Amino acid sequence: MVKPTSVTNSIRALRFAADEMTQAELARRIGVTRQTVIAIEQGRYSPSLEMAFQIARVFDVPLDAVFQYPSTTGASS
Amino acid sequence: MAYEEKGAWVALIVGIVAYAVYAAVVLGRAAGGPLAEAPYVDALLWSIGAAIAMAIVVTIIVGIVSRRDGLVSDQRDKQISARAEHTARAFLVIGALGALVLALIEADPFWIANTIYLAFVVSSTVEGITRIALYRGVMPSW
Repeated sequence: MVKPTSVTNSIRALRFAADEMTQAELARRIGVTRQTVIAIEQGRYSPSLEMAFQIARVFDVPLDAVFQYPSTTGASS
Repeated sequence: MAYEEKGAWVALIVGIVAYAVYAAVVLGRAAGGPLAEAPYVDALLWSIGAAIAMAIVVTIIVGIVSRRDGLVSDQRDKQISARAEHTARAFLVIGALGALVLALIEADPFWIANTIYLAFVVSSTVEGITRIALYRGVMPSW
């Protein structure tokens, strides 16, 4: 089983704060499929840096308000 | 389900069905005798041709049915596709090496052709399963 990404995100909360923006609307605004937005929200897919910035720009917040990379115990590079 | 994921299902099912029909026809023709003596060329060509035609027709139908959800491919679709192709390529190489060995030992063309065809089928099956698994599960970073 593949380990899920360590990157977490607040997209769901940000969508609700933004007039309950739908996943479809967010997908349309960043030019991806709704399935990709769902996969990102669920932490099953890490978007490219460019897509991450596009998402942050949609919500008009800094990148680290959308994506977080918590420090983990053990494995570090 | 993403349009591309539906496409993966189509390719997977069509490929398996086409090969199963081919194998059944050739085994039927062999009728318990030596397999290499069974006529296979027409069945093999028909199987490949029918698989390509069926995949095109079903993909068009799936496209028409799901056009409301959008037919676009995005970055994730491309990464999943590349990852699946990368995973499946090894099976194609193994099949090609097998066919090379068979040619070098001057095996019957039946075995060479069927090794290559089987490699195509196994490779596309692995590719399809990988694509579906990546759509359903986690896309690993690499």
